[in-house]
Amino acid sequence: MNRADISLWGLGASSILILVAVCISLWRRLGLEKELLWAALRALVQLLLVGVALQLVVDDDDPLVFSLIWLLVMHVFAAYTTWRRAKDVPAVFPLSLAAYSASAVVTLGVLFGFQVYEVEGRTIVPLAGIVVGNSLSATVLVSRRLFDAAIERREEIEGRLALGLSARDAFAPILRESLRTALIPQIETTKAVGIIALPGAMVGLILAGTDPADAVRVQLSVMYLVLGSVATTTAVMSLGISRQLFTSAEQLRREP
Amino acid sequence: MTTPATFELTEVFAGPADAPILKGVSLSVPCDGILAVAGPSGSGKSTLLRLLNRLDDPLSGTIRWNGDDVATLPPQVLRRQVAMIFQKAPLFPGTVFDNFTVALPDVSRARAHHVLEHVGLDPTLVERDASKLSGGEAQRMCIARALLTEPAVLLADEPTAALDTASRRTIEDLGRSVADSGVPIVWITHDTDQLRRLADHAVVLVDGQVAAFGHVSELDQHESAHVRELVGAPS
Repeated sequence: MNRADISLWGLGASSILILVAVCISLWRRLGLEKELLWAALRALVQLLLVGVALQLVVDDDDPLVFSLIWLLVMHVFAAYTTWRRAKDVPAVFPLSLAAYSASAVVTLGVLFGFQVYEVEGRTIVPLAGIVVGNSLSATVLVSRRLFDAAIERREEIEGRLALGLSARDAFAPILRESLRTALIPQIETTKAVGIIALPGAMVGLILAGTDPADAVRVQLSVMYLVLGSVATTTAVMSLGISRQLFTSAEQLRREP
Repeated sequence: MTTPATFELTEVFAGPADAPILKGVSLSVPCDGILAVAGPSGSGKSTLLRLLNRLDDPLSGTIRWNGDDVATLPPQVLRRQVAMIFQKAPLFPGTVFDNFTVALPDVSRARAHHVLEHVGLDPTLVERDASKLSGGEAQRMCIARALLTEPAVLLADEPTAALDTASRRTIEDLGRSVADSGVPIVWITHDTDQLRRLADHAVVLVDGQVAAFGHVSELDQHESAHVRELVGAPS
């Protein structure tokens, strides 16, 4: 038996931990029992479906076009999710789609271009998933912060414009703050890795029987991928939003 | 000989397209002294001023600056000639000197000291955190910051509305000295006493239209009692 083989009995046994969480919720009257059970059930169904779908792309003889279709759907869904969480930000859907795509081109371009990984379904889909999954929260955060700042800090921005600064320069300090806010959590996570927590990909590989040294190398490449993707996505997104907030006459739009 | 610095507005409509705030304003801004803009709340005073600095564009009509249609001028060039100060002084993060570098990136310490003295502030404030300035000091610092670009005209959007009486008088004296040094000011005010202390000319806006325009002493004799009230004419 492979060390990662988990029987249905094993899966059921591990779900006892969900019951532990439910019991704590009942004990402390948190009112989260339904949420916990629903989340666990959703995760089960979603991952089973993903597992089945992944069979279409991970085998060596599966055509790469399936992976590319998967990539496309993932990006569109991520852009849709970003739009749902930041609906009032102008042009958020096309901008986030462009940002996720740019990030995928840059990060996967480096990893595949330098042959860190082979170009195959087994690598394309999971790596792209990591790029999108980790960039999503930061993209929503930077979008919301920029949009809110354009409203709440209007006087400061127009104060700079009135002094003859370009829209780009007038907005630069706010853009810088927002990007820093989006990136710092990722930097902190990267700094703490191995000391506070063992990252999921590495744990998964070790449980699956991979040599820890190999698992560490894979994990490091994944962490660098995450840093690069979050930085690229938020940078593209913030530049796009900045352009939406101002007119061609360097005016902050009245209702951005 | 250079053309006098002045704005010419012709049939200007501005504000939301479905409910314009300015409705056909035509006006020549004098090239010297202080022009007060008076009128009830919502009459379009701030809307008018924002058009002159091109923070907003009109819906229709033309605005000329020194004979040039402002729509054809690069906004950054126009704004460096047409400085603007606001009711709530917008302070940028950092020291007073940092604030000055936003207006003039290569400003020297000597120039910073000089401009602080010019607005009646202690030059040692140059290293003070701008957020630690009092309301009056902050407004004077903003005027100093605006003057660094050596503007040809200064727009003032109720710059003393949030200040106490003493600070208000200091800013008024500063405004007078700036105007006397050859930089005309367009000054929005709700305060008729201030208008009478300060203004050479006044334009009265009512419901988005020019109800009266002229020298303050001429407006004292205006046929409309409402206009006379808005300029604080002696009864």
